[in-house]
This record gives sequence, structure tokens and C-alpha cells, in this order.
Amino acid sequence: MLSRLVAVLALAVSAQAVAAGGAVHLEAADIDQGNISSLQRGARNFMNYCSGCHSAQYVRFNTIGKYLELSEEQLVDNLMFNAETTFETIQSSMPAADAARWYGTAPPDMSLMARAKGADYIYNFLKGFYLDPDSPTGVDNIVLAGTSMPHVLWELQGYQNAIFSEHNVDGTMSHEFEGFEPVSTGMLDAEDYDDFVRDTVNFLAYIAEPIRSERRMIGTWVIIYLLVFLVISIMLKKQVWKDVK
Amino acid sequence: MARIEAEVGKPQGGFMKWIDDRFPFTETMKYHVTEYYASKNFNWWYIFGVLAFVVLAIQLISGIFLAMNYKPAAVDAFASVEYIMRDVEWGWLIRYMHSTGASFFMIIVYLHMFRAMLYGSYKKPRELIWIIGMLILFVLMGSCFSGYLLPWGQMSYWGAQVIISLFGAIPGIGEALVEIIRGDYSISDITLNRFFALHVIVLPLALIGLVFVHIVALHQVGSNNPDGVEIKDHKGADGVPLDGIAFHPYHTSKDLVGIIVFLIIFSSVVFFAPDFGGYFLEYANFEPANLTATPEHIAPVWYFTPFYAILRAVPDKLWGAVLMAGAMLLFVFLPWLDRARVKSIRYRGWIYKSALATFVVSFLVLGWLGTQPAGGLYLRAAQFFSALYFAFFLLMPYYTTIDKTKPVPDRVVYHG
Amino acid sequence: MNEEDVDRIDRNRRHFLTVATAVTGAIGAGFVAVPFLSSLKPSARAQALGAPVEVPIGSMEPGEMVRVLWRGRLVFVLRRTDEMLARLPENLDQLDDPNSEVIEQQPDYSANATRSVKPEYLVVEGSCTHLGCAPLEDFQVRPAENWGGGFFCPCHGSKFDLAGRVYKGVPAPTNLRVPPHRFVRDDLILIGQDTGAA
Repeated sequence: MLSRLVAVLALAVSAQAVAAGGAVHLEAADIDQGNISSLQRGARNFMNYCSGCHSAQYVRFNTIGKYLELSEEQLVDNLMFNAETTFETIQSSMPAADAARWYGTAPPDMSLMARAKGADYIYNFLKGFYLDPDSPTGVDNIVLAGTSMPHVLWELQGYQNAIFSEHNVDGTMSHEFEGFEPVSTGMLDAEDYDDFVRDTVNFLAYIAEPIRSERRMIGTWVIIYLLVFLVISIMLKKQVWKDVK
Repeated sequence: MARIEAEVGKPQGGFMKWIDDRFPFTETMKYHVTEYYASKNFNWWYIFGVLAFVVLAIQLISGIFLAMNYKPAAVDAFASVEYIMRDVEWGWLIRYMHSTGASFFMIIVYLHMFRAMLYGSYKKPRELIWIIGMLILFVLMGSCFSGYLLPWGQMSYWGAQVIISLFGAIPGIGEALVEIIRGDYSISDITLNRFFALHVIVLPLALIGLVFVHIVALHQVGSNNPDGVEIKDHKGADGVPLDGIAFHPYHTSKDLVGIIVFLIIFSSVVFFAPDFGGYFLEYANFEPANLTATPEHIAPVWYFTPFYAILRAVPDKLWGAVLMAGAMLLFVFLPWLDRARVKSIRYRGWIYKSALATFVVSFLVLGWLGTQPAGGLYLRAAQFFSALYFAFFLLMPYYTTIDKTKPVPDRVVYHG
Repeated sequence: MNEEDVDRIDRNRRHFLTVATAVTGAIGAGFVAVPFLSSLKPSARAQALGAPVEVPIGSMEPGEMVRVLWRGRLVFVLRRTDEMLARLPENLDQLDDPNSEVIEQQPDYSANATRSVKPEYLVVEGSCTHLGCAPLEDFQVRPAENWGGGFFCPCHGSKFDLAGRVYKGVPAPTNLRVPPHRFVRDDLILIGQDTGAA
């Protein structure tokens, strides 16, 4: 219990350090929420690579199926591994207590991660693993230093080293991230891996707020209605005020 | 052309007479609506009172429907908000209306107060309206604060932790008071349940009561106007102020335009930018409360930031809290701090105009500083602008006396 | 045009605009009411939780009754013995609605002499049609009281027979309700759904 507390606090503190000591520049994820095929691929990626540890406990399969234009059969065959009915939510197969013990902290739920951290953050996070012999998982991450997450996608990306330059600032040594240096290749080349991550982040952005595209569409009609109403009300006001001298 | 008289108020035979014999309906409509005369020269600064009323209605209605689905227990609260967002039909819209409404309520109330400062609406005989208004502001702040805990997100929990600890600064009773507020030794499920009761029952009732009294007090004296001229000083033979026009249909038709413009802006946010860059719905609040990890930057919600900056400007727990409270309370004394003989800024001299401008700038800068990390240059700036903020009030008796004012006209200036 | 004409045109125009404003506003108010009123309908979670319930009956003994919850409501599944089935036509004259003529109380496939899909298995909601209390089992035959077995509601004394049919002279007005259900297999009943795939 205490060690878990310390691990979590260490996580929080080290995150502070990165942020304070020159936050890593985040490359734009450039997602397109209207691209249904990207979302379908992202759903596939999430269920196959992420849902083993990460739940998305507020997201129902039938919601995804409807927006991603998947039939119930496609949904059941390709995305539902331990759920039986489509109105169930995305649960991970890993028991939370075990996960906390194994990794020091339970893998967080992904339902709202894109709204909490932003799509760009997650995009860079998934691309930002580098080899670190001192880490229990063998890797560290440029966006979230000290992360307990292993490089789950190593087979796709391969491994890379991070290059840091040392600066002496007022007597204290500071690290600055310069770039990555690939060490081994994975099944996908750099561009394909970027697309893979982009699709996944796109899906995460979608599940963070499934109603987003509908809300914008309704909003357009509401504004149009209000503009019409505005014109009529202005005409009425002017007519009523005609006799005020 | 004859002034159009409103047709409302003529008892329509039997039914209205039956009602009027038992309830002052027609009489009330006349006194407060169709024969309530307000100046004809209102400008758009005068829209914020009615907008505050509209937003109050939005918050009450959306709040009722949220309360039907929200669960005020620490284990369920966060999930129940997501339930509303995803599973309840149109729940997302009701939630966004409420979160956006909260921020707009504060914007509107600040602008409404500013109008009073521009035109001296707090000056005699309207001091009581102003005091009731300040009470409304404090209750509203309580409402915002208690409501913000309810989603039980990271910011909800840690923001409440910081603000409630402030009360611990009060010497002697501080710690006991904090425990009473929390109902527990730390912010917990008990605190959440109690804040829910406050937010949903106590504070709305208080707010509705105070708004009612606020309007009654206003109607007793009559509205001010951009020239600060008392329209009741010049009445026609029929007893109607010469510069006055009936609330209905004149101000109602004009207010309708203002309300629709407001709804367009409001809807744009609700439907296209409900997060508003993280200011209306803070990003950290999309993570459930984690009692072991404080988020990187804790800032209160944007509408509390000016006062938060003042709090942090003072490197002493007690005096920081005292000054922060003082910054809010000083507004109450404006009717007596302001010694000018004129009401409206239109007839004041350059000293007051500069002072007010400086105050506005200080308020805005302090607001921005409240969102930034503490320390360094930010601290110095906060101290500087806090000094200006307090100077506005504390030096007011002096500079409003020496300020050279212009002669105020007898009748309002209206260009049609 | 003289002043009177201008006045009249103004008044007409004002009337028109007032009506136009009121109508537009009313339409808007109607549209705004829709989301709020719709939010009162059962949510996606309610629909998920209200999903059909499977009841395995393979190991039920004759005379055994199983209680399950479907949509938060109590449902009895009773495996009737041959004697129970034989007794069903005996007390028809004591029943209020022996032929299940009140159609709201059962689906078509249960509007028969045994009020069931398969004669052996009775599926009824355990909710007295008077005011909703859960009736108790009373399967013991008491010829002296002319009681062939059935259900007895302790709240106000309503009685139902072994097909859930209501007796005359009791507060309950109608037979116990039969929920939609179907036999997925011989040993599995699905309550809450009577058509299509699971």
C-alpha cells in the first residue's frame, strides 16, 4: 500500500519535473473525427492492443457500432472479446487489484483520457517510448517520464533510443530531449506506425465524447433558428419603439 | 401619434374579476409590468439584469433534470455524470447547458455589477438593492463552489480541498469550522452528499428569495439610467415620468432582442465549444478524483481567479484569506465610499474614469494571474495589481470628492 | 397618406410582428422542451439492464417454482405437476376471467387453457394485479375450502389459481400478467423476449 502510494507520488512528481524543466513539444496528432475508416481501424487497434489492460468502462459497444457503421455481426466478431451483448461496456480482462500490484499503478480507464490529456498528448505518448536499462519495463517515455506502461506496441514500432543533450544551467545539470534514434525496426515503417497511432488516438478522441458530431450538427440548426428569431424580434422592437420620442 | 397603451390589465369580465377579487393579479401586473416606468435611454449595459434572470431559469431547469440522474456518493458521482453524458437521452445537452450556464452566470453578474459602477446605480436611494445584489453574488459563489465538487473529478476534489482549508486560517475557530463544513476529517463522501443538499436545495431557494427581494426593492425606487437622472423628478400631469416608458411593451420587446443575442452566444458555446479551452469544463476534471495525486496546476474555476490571485499575493495564510475576503466585501461599501455628487460616469471627471479603468485592468490581470503558477514575477505582479485593486476602494472617498464633475442635465439624453 | 392611415398600418404591422414573434418563440420553446422531456425516458443503461433474462429449467422438479427478476420485477416460473394440470379446468366457475379474455394480461401464445406456451411451465409476473404485492405460493389442496392450489396475496386477500387466473370476489381485477417469453431450448426459457435471435 505504501509502496503503491510512493510510486504514484513519484509519478506525479516526475511528471512535474518534465513539465517544469521544459515541457516536451507535442507534435500535432492531426486526427479527423469524420474519417469513419480511421475510427474503425482505431477501434480494432484499441480492442486488440489496449483493452487487455485498459478498460473504457463508460463506452457501450452498440454506441460504437452505430457510429462506426458496423453491423452487429462485425461488432461481435471483431471487437467483442469478453462481452456477450452489444449493450455492454468495454471492460478489460485484467483484474484491477492485480494490475496495480504488477505495474505499481492500475492502468487507467480510457473512456475520457483524450479529453483529460488531449489527443496530441496520447499520440506523442504512444510514439515516445525509448529504451532505458534502468526501468523495470526496459523502457521509459518522453512524454510521461517514469511511466509504468511497457512499450506494448514494440512489435509494430520497433525500439528506439532517446538522445539527450546535457546543459549546465547555473550550476545544475539539465537534460534536454533532442530526438530519437531507431535501434530496431518493427513490422510497420515509421509512416505506417504514425498512421496506426493516429487511428488509435482518433478512436480515443471519439469515445471520449461520442455525441460530438451530432452536437455540432444540432448546434448549426439551433443557431440558424435563433438568427431567424433575432431578425423577427428586432423588427418587432423597432415597430414598438417607433413612438418613443 | 398617441402612445400605445398596453391592453393587459383590463379585467376581462367575469373570469378576471373572480381572480382579482381573490388575488392582486391585475394590480401586480400593472405595478410591476405594464405601468412600471423605466427610462427610455437604457443602453445595452442594462440587458444584464434580465439575462441574469434568464440564466437563473436555465440553471434551475437544467439542474432539476440533472438531479434526476446524478448520484451524490463518492463511488457513483463521476460515473453518474458520464451516465448522463452517454446513456440518458439528451443528457449531454442538459449537462452542457448547466456547465456553460454556470460560467455565463458569473460573466453576466460581473457585467451587471459593472453597469452599476458605471452609472452609480448603487447610490442613494438604491443602496439596499446593491446590498441585496451583493448577497446574491455571495450565494451564487457558494452555489458555484458547491456545484463544482459534485462531478467528483480531480479539480473538483483538489479545488475544494484548497478552498475549504482557507477557512482553517481563521484563528481559534478555524480548524473546527473546517471540520463542520466537511462533516468529516477530510473531504469525503459525507462532504459530497452535504454539498449536494446545499447546491440543489438550500442555495437555489436562497437565490430565488433574494432575486425576488432584489426586484421588489428595485421597483420600490425605480430604475436608474445611463445619465443618472431621476426620472421621477419630472412627471407629467398623469403622474407618469416624462422620460419613462412602460416596461411592457417597450423594455420587454427590447429585452427579447438582447435575450436572443445572448442565446446565440450561449448556444455557440454549448454546441461548439463546451470546454471553452478548458475554462468552462476543466481538462483535469475528466479524471476521477484521485486522493493520492494532486494535479499539476490547481487553479480555481476562472471566475474565482481574481480573488485567488489576491489570496496568493500575501505570503501569510491568515492575511491572505483576510484580504481575499476583504476584496469581495469592499464592494458592499461602494454606496458610502463613493462621495461624488453625480451618479453616472458620463458626468464624472477624468480622475474617476482613470480609477475605474485601472480597476478593470487590475481585475482582469489578477484574473489571469490566478490561472498561472505562483511565485517569481507572477507574485510581484499580483502584489502590484492587488494594491491597485484595494486603492480603488480605499482611496475612493478622497478622489471622488476632488474629482471635477460636469453638470448633470435635468432630463435624460435620448437620441431615438 | 394621412396620420390615421399611418397609425393603422403601424398597428397592423405591429400586430403581425407580435404574432410572428410569439409563434417563433413557441416553436423554439417546443423544441427546447423535447430534450428535457425525452431525458425522462428509460436511458440506455435502463434498456441494457432491462434486457431479457435466461432461466434454465432443466433441473426443475415437478411442483418446483423458481423466482427470477426481470426489469426489476418478480417473475414466477412454476413447473406444474400432472395433478396440478388436471385440476386447472375444475374451478372455472369461481374465476373472474377463466378464458383470459382481458388481452393485456397475456400474449397470444398464453391465451389458452393453461396460460402457457408449454402446458407444464407457467411463467407469470409475481405481482398482484390489485396493488402490486408479491403473492405467496399456496399449492396445498384443501377440498373443504374448495381450494385447488394457486397463489394467495397477503396484502388484501386476492386469490389466483395455478394458471394465475384471478378468483371472483377478490380485490384484484385481472389475471396475473404473463410476460413475453419463449423457449430458446427445451431446458432454457428466455423472459422478456418472444421473437428472433437472442
